[in-house]
Amino acid sequence: MSTLDATGQTTRRPFEGRRVHPGDVILQVLAGGAALGTVILLGLLVYKVVQGARLSLSTFGLGFIGSVGWDPLHNAMGAGSLLFGTAVTAIGALVLATPLALGIALFLTELAPGAIRGPVTALVETLAAIPSVVIGLWGIIVLGPLLRDHVMPALHSTLGFIPLFGTPSPTGTGIFTAIVVLTIMILPIISSISRELFLGVPGELKEAALGLGTTRWEMVRGVMFPYARGGIAAAMILGLGRAVGEAIAVAQVIGAFDNGISWNLFNNGDTLAAKLANEFASSTTNLETASLFYVAVILLVFSLAVNILAQVIVRRVDRAQGRTV
Amino acid sequence: MSAADASVLQRPNDRLWRRRAVNRGMEILAWTAAALAVALLGLLVWSVAKRGASALNLDLITKSQATNEFALHPPPQGLANAFIGTFIIVGIATAMALPFGILVAIYVNEFAPKAIKNFLSPSLDILNGIPAIVIGIFVFGLIVVGHGQSGIAGAFALAILMLPLVARATIEVLALVPDSLREASLGLGVPRWRTTIGIVLPQTIGGILTGTVLAVARVAGETAPLLFTTSIVGTAINTNPTQALQSVPVAIFELSESPTPADHSRAWAAALVLLLFILVTSLTARWFATRSRQKIRRASR
Repeated sequence: MSTLDATGQTTRRPFEGRRVHPGDVILQVLAGGAALGTVILLGLLVYKVVQGARLSLSTFGLGFIGSVGWDPLHNAMGAGSLLFGTAVTAIGALVLATPLALGIALFLTELAPGAIRGPVTALVETLAAIPSVVIGLWGIIVLGPLLRDHVMPALHSTLGFIPLFGTPSPTGTGIFTAIVVLTIMILPIISSISRELFLGVPGELKEAALGLGTTRWEMVRGVMFPYARGGIAAAMILGLGRAVGEAIAVAQVIGAFDNGISWNLFNNGDTLAAKLANEFASSTTNLETASLFYVAVILLVFSLAVNILAQVIVRRVDRAQGRTV
Repeated sequence: MSAADASVLQRPNDRLWRRRAVNRGMEILAWTAAALAVALLGLLVWSVAKRGASALNLDLITKSQATNEFALHPPPQGLANAFIGTFIIVGIATAMALPFGILVAIYVNEFAPKAIKNFLSPSLDILNGIPAIVIGIFVFGLIVVGHGQSGIAGAFALAILMLPLVARATIEVLALVPDSLREASLGLGVPRWRTTIGIVLPQTIGGILTGTVLAVARVAGETAPLLFTTSIVGTAINTNPTQALQSVPVAIFELSESPTPADHSRAWAAALVLLLFILVTSLTARWFATRSRQKIRRASR
């Protein structure tokens, strides 16, 4: 690897002192222009979304983020309950998806017989290719009634003393259904990243542990999890980002009802992204449109933070493992 | 590794049967997790297939959404306008994103100094991580506010989603092309631009193509970027991208929120067609991707 890099370095600049070809200049300008265009696009995106939100930013300020209720008729809007709904659905989905995804990744790397390893890997990745609008359609018509008739009553009767599991919703829509739908959507993301991390654990470390007489699970806990810890954290963060930003499927199943802050998971609710999907086209006043742009600003800031955080973690893990291994 | 991790490995006094039982339990849980994921996929595809197939007929792709839905005997309804619209919108989006993405990748892999490369590469990831609905809002603010909704506005929104996917796929295959090939061409006196376009790029056509097909499969099902950019449409077939065009995902979204069962069954049929298209294209592309990557690796040995 290092020799390749060395030659790569020397071939990268073999042109010093040579005649400059007009074709070279054109290609470099075109390619460089496209690259610059990408960066400008990113900047323009941030600028336009913030610009659209200006009226709401100046009217509500940062108080918008904490205040609950959405009443365009009386010019009183806030993202408080949307943020609450977003946090509950995304964290709920992460809590359900992470152990499942780790289980799948362990199965695919450690347990699966050779014949089914490839097909199951492909099937799990296929789950990621299903469009969110199709999952949402399935969520309203198949999953919602299923949860309402079987899962919600069972949870209510056994765990009803916890306020999260209150009276089941009569329609099958609601926060809980949104959590299940989001779990399905982020499961393949977390599991495919974890699978690659587990594949990267050096065989010697695993064999050393097994050779000391550990069981396979003890080897996983003692060697593989610590080795992949940072990467798993990054995968979870990316999954969280996906869950927070998903608009369509959530808009279809969450019931789109501003319930304020309600801890009953079976109630209808709303999230930042779903609010945009449901109400942006029908917004009635300038201030409401600006407030919806404000919601988009919050989503944008969150997605930027999530991505940068994930990249920092990945880079730090790379560096740490480069040193120890 | 820290001391806490090591302690897991040093428990000689634990009863062996307990450790084995825990191990067995965890193995069973992992099997269950994988079975659950496959079952979920099966349930999803099966529901779409079952409900979609019964509503699937030729009217769906030949007839448009009818104008008088509330007539006593409503004429047969299809979603031809949505299928044609999606075809046009995705086509324009690909035409925008493909050359742009390839150029970005050429710059990153062939020209950029390391510092700029280290900046551009994360920028593509950040662009890729922006929620689709926010991109829809951006294009609404950028184009729709001044010029109204159009197929082109929707295509632009989809192209923003495609750009990082195409660029990332192209960078990956460009990096696989061995430097010896570049050196051989340059050594023969071929100028750099002809080396890049005539020698390096042809090696990567397969990879770029599969990357593009995967990106098409991904955006063909996207609803959020089209919801505010090309959704206020009539029911007739329209092929003019300067006007708003209906699309399959937006049609499914609207029909799914309708209270009439007939609308639901059309949504299922459209979902089945969309799902089949996406699964077939993305699985084929994935298969090709593995093959062409192996081919480049073999050639570089």
